[in-house]
Amino acid sequence: MPDRAATFAYALALADDALVLGHRLSEWSSHGPTLEEDIALSNLGLDLIGQARFFYTLAGEVEGKGRSEDDLAYFRDASDYRNLLIVELPRGDFAFTMARQFLYAAFMHPYFDALSRCAEPRLADIAAKAVKEMAYHVRHTGEWMVRLGDGTDESRRRITDALDTIWGYTGEMFEMTPPEHALLSAGIAPDRTAIRPLWDRTIDHVLREAGLERPADRYMQTGGRTGLHTEHLGHMLAEMQSLARAHPGATW
Amino acid sequence: MSAENPIPLWEVFIRARSGLPHKHCGSVHAHDATMAVQAARDVYTRRGDSVSIWVVPSHVIVASDPNDKDQLFEPTSTKAYRHPTFYDIPDDVGHM
Repeated sequence: MPDRAATFAYALALADDALVLGHRLSEWSSHGPTLEEDIALSNLGLDLIGQARFFYTLAGEVEGKGRSEDDLAYFRDASDYRNLLIVELPRGDFAFTMARQFLYAAFMHPYFDALSRCAEPRLADIAAKAVKEMAYHVRHTGEWMVRLGDGTDESRRRITDALDTIWGYTGEMFEMTPPEHALLSAGIAPDRTAIRPLWDRTIDHVLREAGLERPADRYMQTGGRTGLHTEHLGHMLAEMQSLARAHPGATW
Repeated sequence: MSAENPIPLWEVFIRARSGLPHKHCGSVHAHDATMAVQAARDVYTRRGDSVSIWVVPSHVIVASDPNDKDQLFEPTSTKAYRHPTFYDIPDDVGHM
C-alpha cells in the first residue's frame, strides 16, 4: 500500500483544485449576466466546493493529525496550496470564466471517471459523484463556447482572447506529481497523461462546432503543485479565509 | 440583450416523479431551446425531486381571456353533482 503521506498529498491537491475554482465561480454570485446564468454559475461553484469538502475531509482523516476540512481550507497560506495554476486565475469576463471552466471540466470529467474505478474506495466514491457533476459542467460550458464563438463579433473576440490566455495553463493538468506516481503504481491515481486523447477529442469537437481555432501549443506554465503560485492566489485566499481567521471556530 | 431585442421567454414544466404530470413551475429567459432546458435545470431543480423538464416558448401559449371568466367558469359553480362525492365507499376500499 502507498504511504499515508502520498494519499494525503494527493487528496489535498484535488481538494485545492476544487475549492479554488469553486471560489472563483462563487465570485459571480449577483454579478451574472442574467438571473438564470447567475444561478447556473453558483451551481457549478457549489458542485466544486462540495467536491473540495469530501477531499479535504478524506485528507484530514488520512493525515491523522485531527485537521478538519476547515483547518485545511482556511488555515493554510498560498504557498501551502497545491492547486493547478489554471484554477486560481481571476475570473475575468464571462467568456474567460466559460473557457476556463470548459477546459478544466473537459479534463476532470474523464479523470474522475477513471478515479471512480480506483483501488481506494473512499476516493472512488467521491469521484463517482463528481463525474456526473463534471459531465454537466462540460455540457453547460460547451454550449456557451459554441454560442460565444458563433455569436457576435464581440463575443467571438472575447472567447478567442480567453482561450489564448488560458491555453498556456492547460499543460499542468497533465503533469504527474511524485505522490501521483506512487499512487499510480498502487492502482489508485489515474495516469493524467492518458487523459490527453479524451480531452483533445472533447476540446476539438466543441471548438469545431464553435468555429474557433485551437490555440497553438507553446510554453506551459507550471508550479502550482509545488506551491509556486501566481500573485492572484494570495489575494483570493486573503478574502476567502478572512472570516474564518477573524472568528476561529465560528459556526452558523 | 437590448430592449429592442429581449431574450426570449420560456415556460418551464417539471415532472417531480415518474407517473406524475409535468407541472408548470415558472419561466426562464434563454436564446434557444437547448439553453432554456439548462436554465430550467439550474433555476428550478436545485433542490432535487425532478426527473424531467419541458420548456415551451411563452409566445406559443394560448390563454383564455380574463374577461370571459363569467361565461367560462361561473356556470360550473351550481353543478356540485359533478364532484364525485355522492358515493358510499366500501370500507374494504380503504383510503381514497
